[in-house]
Amino acid sequence: MLKMTHLQKVYQTHLIETHALRDFSIHVREGEFVAVTGPSGSGKTTFLNIAGLLEEFTGGEYLLDGVDVSGLNDNARSKLRNEKIGFIFQSFNLIPDLNLFDNVDVPLRYRGFAAADRKKRIEESLTRVGLSSRMKHYPSELSGGQQQRVAIARALAGSPRLLLADEPTGNLDSLMARGVLELLEEINRQGTTIVMVTHDPELAARAQRNVHVIDGQVTDFDDVPRLREAHSGGGSHASEDRFASASNSQ
Amino acid sequence: MFTYYLQLGMRSLRRNPILTALMVVGIGLGIAASMTTLTVMHLMGSDPIPWKSDKLHYVQLDNWSADEAYYDDGRPPDQVTYRDAVALMEAGKADKQAAMFKLALPFQPDNKDLKPFRALGRVTYTDFFGMFEPPFRYGAPWSKAQDAAHERVIVLGKDLNEKLFGGQDSVGKSVRMDDIDYTVVGVLDDWNLRSRYYDLTNGPFEDPDEFFMPFTTAIDLKQRSTGNNSCWKSPGDGWDSYLDSDCVWMQMWVQLDSPQRLAEYASFLDSYVGEQKKLGRFPRPLNNRLLDVNEWIADQEVVSSDVQVQTGLAFAFLIVCLVNTVGLLLAKFTRKSGEIGLRRALGASRRDVFSQFLIESGVVGLSGGILGLALTGLGLLGVRSLYSSLKTVTQLDWTMIGVTIALAVVSAILAGLYPTWRACRVQPAAQLKI
Repeated sequence: MLKMTHLQKVYQTHLIETHALRDFSIHVREGEFVAVTGPSGSGKTTFLNIAGLLEEFTGGEYLLDGVDVSGLNDNARSKLRNEKIGFIFQSFNLIPDLNLFDNVDVPLRYRGFAAADRKKRIEESLTRVGLSSRMKHYPSELSGGQQQRVAIARALAGSPRLLLADEPTGNLDSLMARGVLELLEEINRQGTTIVMVTHDPELAARAQRNVHVIDGQVTDFDDVPRLREAHSGGGSHASEDRFASASNSQ
Repeated sequence: MFTYYLQLGMRSLRRNPILTALMVVGIGLGIAASMTTLTVMHLMGSDPIPWKSDKLHYVQLDNWSADEAYYDDGRPPDQVTYRDAVALMEAGKADKQAAMFKLALPFQPDNKDLKPFRALGRVTYTDFFGMFEPPFRYGAPWSKAQDAAHERVIVLGKDLNEKLFGGQDSVGKSVRMDDIDYTVVGVLDDWNLRSRYYDLTNGPFEDPDEFFMPFTTAIDLKQRSTGNNSCWKSPGDGWDSYLDSDCVWMQMWVQLDSPQRLAEYASFLDSYVGEQKKLGRFPRPLNNRLLDVNEWIADQEVVSSDVQVQTGLAFAFLIVCLVNTVGLLLAKFTRKSGEIGLRRALGASRRDVFSQFLIESGVVGLSGGILGLALTGLGLLGVRSLYSSLKTVTQLDWTMIGVTIALAVVSAILAGLYPTWRACRVQPAAQLKI
């Protein structure tokens, strides 16, 4: 799904050359749920920007769903981004003067779907995140957890094959965070590849694979299954209950 | 997507009402200043009779002194002499022809409630009505036979008929002017002339003529023009000497229905002047002119240089307003950098962002245009109250309404180009923490 080979990203000014990514290689397979961890300044955000085609790289190769993205012009990159990638932001990034329906509609507009198709997709996405009854509400009328679910609905509406999430629970309390995480897990179970940046070891442990980034380079963890077992410990039902209660309470 | 961007533009106006108000008022003021002066200039210089302005020609003959041209630039006199006007009328070489002059006469109403009053009218031939096409409410022009018979008939303007006969059909009734009775043969309806283009020599924006009477009759009665009269040598004493003199005091129009007829008439004029030279007149080189309506309006500088300067200044003001709008749009779009980054992340290309923000600029312009239209209306009312003579050229027609809106939208889009370009350059990664 996502394959970066010997990727380089150098920020250059007149005086300083900063290597944000160096010899960065990663291969995320279709259907994987990968957590990217690492200290601040390690290059996680740069990796996600490049993976999301929001930033260009200075060397190496990046294949997104088999497409070599280097050399694509802005239109082609935008189209690829719109069709293949969904974004989930830490701070939700909903447009405040659009209601939920219109917020979810934004990527679909750029996709050029017909009105009826857009409406169907929006309603399905909002239903999937449990907010179908709030389509005409504005973001300011929702809690943080609900706003993040709207952002997830927006990311899902275009049926992307890859979800990129940066600290998706970073602005949520633990109850809401768990609900959002379980939603992501469910999305992943239905086939969507997810790459999630997080500082939270508990969240990282829920991923199928951890990628640790230090100084712009990758380290793969092999002990994630063990960590996952340690954190789940038969608690998946409890988590679902918590998500349900979070939904009801909002 | 256009409709979508339009909706976003409208929504964006509501999001920052103060910023929006500043931009809309700025554009509205600039547009109003420009359009007020441009409307006056447009109407002053516009074609008053577009369906035949290329067929109506104003006749100029250079009968002036050998020692000194009428105009420094060599142009012939603006008017013709009585003897030339009559000679051209009698020759009848044009498809239609009308010599004319301005006349003021005292009216003595039968209605004792009305005091005698002075009215301004026009002395001309019956072809005048066929050439300039004033609409008739009652009756019709007098006939060629009545011209030839020097009959005492009159056509009243609508306002004068209202004053004398309460707006009733007065055809066949009699009016008394300067102790002489005239029979009304026709009454005009509203004649919305932007300028009295058939007599620019006596002021293009004077009040409309209140009555029309036959040329032959007025000459019989020895009525002198109350318009401009220019002589390069003494006309001598007495009425007949005056008529025979080289004083110019008449306007001469001809209708020539084809380029061939125009060429033939120009040739005829040359021949006529050649004949007159043999009689000792026309000492200057051949210098006849036949200008059509629009050429005559341009020649007479109906759109004065003052109006042109004012229009230029108003457009300079519009530019200042647009520079201000550039700054405000820049501030507005900069505040939307986060949304731009988000839209880019969600699949908007630079072209999409460019379209969205350019249309948003256009929506600002449209709002400014609507305000500008209202202010232009007020501006024209102000001009009309200050200069009553300009009332015919201080009206918004559909063309100018369209131009006002189009100018506002185009201006705002131009003002929005740089801020929009900046918006397109926003790096989404710098705006989003993903």
